[in-house]
Amino acid sequence: MSSNINDFVIRFANVNGSGSASANGMFAKALFRMGIPVATRNIFPSNIQGLPTWFEVRVSEKGYLGRREGVDIMVAMNAETFAEDIDSILPGGYLLYDNSKPLAKEFVRHDIHEIGIPLATMLLPEFADPKQRSLFKNITYLGALAALLNIEFDVITGMVSTQYKGKDALIEPNIRALELGRNYAVEYLSAPLPLQVRRSDAVGDRIMMEGNDAAGLGSLYGGATVCAWYPITPSTSVAESFENHCKKLRIDQQSGHKNYAFMQAEDELAAIGIVIGSAWNGARSFTATSGPGVSLMSEFLGLAYFAEIPAVVWDIQRSGPSTGMPTRTQQGDLIGAAYASHGDTKHPLLFPANPKECFDFAADALDLADRLQTPVLVLSDLELGMNESLSEPLQWDDARRYDRGKVLSAQQLDEMESFGRYLDVDGDGVGYRTLPGTHPEKGAFFTRGTSRDEYAAYTESPDAYQRNMERLQLKWQTARQLVPSAEIVGRGGSVGVLYFGTTSLPIPEALDKLAVKGIHLDTCRVRAFPFGDEVEAFVAEHDLIFVVEQNRDAQMRTLLINELQTNPAKLISILYFAGLSISADFIDAQISAYYEEHKLARLTEVKS
Amino acid sequence: MTFVTKPRVHHPKLPINDLGLTRRDYEGSVSTLCAGCGHDSVSAAIVQACAELSLPPHRFAKVSGIGCSSKTPSYFLNRSHGFNSVHGRMPSVITGANLANRDLMCIGVSGDGDSASIGLGQFAHVVRRRTNMLYLVDNNGTYGLTKGQFSATNDKGSTSKKGVPNLYEPIDLVSMALQLGASFVARSFSGDKRQLVPLIKAALKHKGMAFIDVISPCVAFNNHAGSTKSFEFMREHMQSAVQADLIFGQPEITADYAQGTRESVTMPDGSILQLYKVDADYDPYDRIGALTYVQKMHEEGHVATGLLYVDPDAVECHDILETTAIPLNELSEDALCPGSEALTAINQGYR
Repeated sequence: MSSNINDFVIRFANVNGSGSASANGMFAKALFRMGIPVATRNIFPSNIQGLPTWFEVRVSEKGYLGRREGVDIMVAMNAETFAEDIDSILPGGYLLYDNSKPLAKEFVRHDIHEIGIPLATMLLPEFADPKQRSLFKNITYLGALAALLNIEFDVITGMVSTQYKGKDALIEPNIRALELGRNYAVEYLSAPLPLQVRRSDAVGDRIMMEGNDAAGLGSLYGGATVCAWYPITPSTSVAESFENHCKKLRIDQQSGHKNYAFMQAEDELAAIGIVIGSAWNGARSFTATSGPGVSLMSEFLGLAYFAEIPAVVWDIQRSGPSTGMPTRTQQGDLIGAAYASHGDTKHPLLFPANPKECFDFAADALDLADRLQTPVLVLSDLELGMNESLSEPLQWDDARRYDRGKVLSAQQLDEMESFGRYLDVDGDGVGYRTLPGTHPEKGAFFTRGTSRDEYAAYTESPDAYQRNMERLQLKWQTARQLVPSAEIVGRGGSVGVLYFGTTSLPIPEALDKLAVKGIHLDTCRVRAFPFGDEVEAFVAEHDLIFVVEQNRDAQMRTLLINELQTNPAKLISILYFAGLSISADFIDAQISAYYEEHKLARLTEVKS
Repeated sequence: MTFVTKPRVHHPKLPINDLGLTRRDYEGSVSTLCAGCGHDSVSAAIVQACAELSLPPHRFAKVSGIGCSSKTPSYFLNRSHGFNSVHGRMPSVITGANLANRDLMCIGVSGDGDSASIGLGQFAHVVRRRTNMLYLVDNNGTYGLTKGQFSATNDKGSTSKKGVPNLYEPIDLVSMALQLGASFVARSFSGDKRQLVPLIKAALKHKGMAFIDVISPCVAFNNHAGSTKSFEFMREHMQSAVQADLIFGQPEITADYAQGTRESVTMPDGSILQLYKVDADYDPYDRIGALTYVQKMHEEGHVATGLLYVDPDAVECHDILETTAIPLNELSEDALCPGSEALTAINQGYR
């Protein structure tokens, strides 16, 4: 703890299915509404009821949103994990627990503060129903925390009223439970603690949203009309968000009918098949899945690459390989997604780093897929997708028009002498397509995964095959110009750090930590694959680049070496892949150690 | 196969339909299948059915999977777009095509390898979703393109060309379609155009999932004595339950059929589907009865054919999904994008 105000990590240890998520979510939201930056992380099991679950809130006036190691306040409500939860508290930190039964000797730590609240005993006379008692236990510790941490009480009661609007019978007991906790803390504990919160303006106009929610909403704004999907953690909420927003925003006013089709398919194979079929027929479509789904979709992705059909796939990455740790985060699908399918196949990838970017990239991906007539995969992850994160507010430019790419109308066909689906008329590797049923006599062609000539006629001619494959390569060069470019901040140093997606979250904090030690790094946040000229230049202009990613095999580094012919010696991997999100502490320690070991010059040393 | 290019001229006396088109306007490119292949007769039947119904030849989406059958969408309706997708996945691709534009007619052509093995799951699910389409299987009981392995529809005990018997139970796609909710289920034989063409016409006019299993012998690998999917076997063993015919205007009274064996069904566009039942007791509106009949026939060594089941009032996938009447691929940006003002309000919800 560097400061006692607005700077700590609190972790709630609960049993999943016990209703804790709602109380814990309200805790985070209350701080957010007091203008204090928070980052939430839900660490949950692949299970519905009865297993341990943790909810972590990082509170940071400075706006550091990455995970921080160590816990300052542990709300230990799970007997099963009690011992390890107590162990994780930093010296000087706090343990909040239910002291209806006294704390067993083996759990006593002399370097932390114990805050016992007799939750079970207090609630017994208040709520007759045992299930209610269990649920309100969470609300009661929230009330106690409000007093202990100096959270504005009416912010929380206001949230309760909003949350249970229409279910008024629930408001009173919730408020009663909150007050029980607060009153106990005021009366029996030394509230507030030295560690506390204070209203701030550090949040600004930012919103708090899950990345998956933003992805679903962005797909709606981007004009997707077909969403076909198959349930898989952590991607399911992308599809659910799309449907929920569509129910409000995409209903035809006159007929009450839906201006979208939402279809839960029988598996990932069918989901991507439906997406490809509808995109072939001119509807913007997308699916959402995770790594195992991308594996299943690979055959179809190869077809769409070769037959040149737009498709958008959201891959909300989780820890692989195989089923791996299905409720833990990772960035392990880069290579699998980039080269999904057999033969010479490759796909553009987008790497959103925050909810706003999820929203923006959802619409951009639909444009890119149409413009390039190829599948585009958006690689988010569980960390971004399923946790509420601070984000700049979402924006939409009303002057923006969907880029449907090169699609010929009946009139355009009438004005043409001849139509060749795979002719490279513009020299960018992208042909003109027609949609089924456009013209009574012109423009029909046969789409196939087999080789064909410029006029879409089946051929096994070696020359025609090679011409086609080379044109696809030219199209790849076009893609380099069109995908979102990297964000580069440079001060002309010789050492840089390159990262992408959620690895971006701890970077500002890590840079600050390193700067204190005289280590100053130029930064490159990659936002897409294939890499644009700016990434190539960044790599070329730096002698040494730390590539920070959340997988074991350094997949981003591999892509850089493979696609840019980079000298591997200058790309130093910083790899975290244990399933939590990467922390600034970890990045700082790894880079510092490298500097130490290789006796690299630091700015302070240069100056002296 | 032939290497002769099809001449575009046609006989001056070819019948002209209501759109001023002849059968030739509904054809595709020259088939590359073996001479005498049953599949070519099926393609010809599709051409004839579409021409006789005066359907606009460019308003179809033709989708297939992989295999000999799946090549055939090239051989009919060349004014329409076709999509030869991946093995066993025609159902999902055509579902997508149909979602994007509900006004296009969807014809999915598959084979027994494509639908009864790798594609069995997608077959089952497209049927239960009731996608508005004609799902046609060219069923020859064999893998032709890989030279004659048994497929999953091959009858137990039916022999390969070398005389080796098939050891496994057959999958009957007709029975499955009946069980899974298809609202039009028929079986026919590529060698019986009189039965097949009216069935295709009725299926195209049907709203909802129309499934036709066409026994279409493979002349190269499964047309020998001992095979139950040969021309000879089918001619001897096919048993027609209900002969269908699609007519416009009032049905003619014909004396060919016994009292109580003829029924008329009015189709969504006002045309009339005439059903001539071979057996007065057969009820083509009885799903369970149809299932029993099909299985009983098989048990007795016969192949039940004809229009086995129809539900003229069935719903289709778009009814279930409650999608708008305008094809989704024609919706304007105004209808799709709520704009910045709505987004400002949405942002407030995340504060």
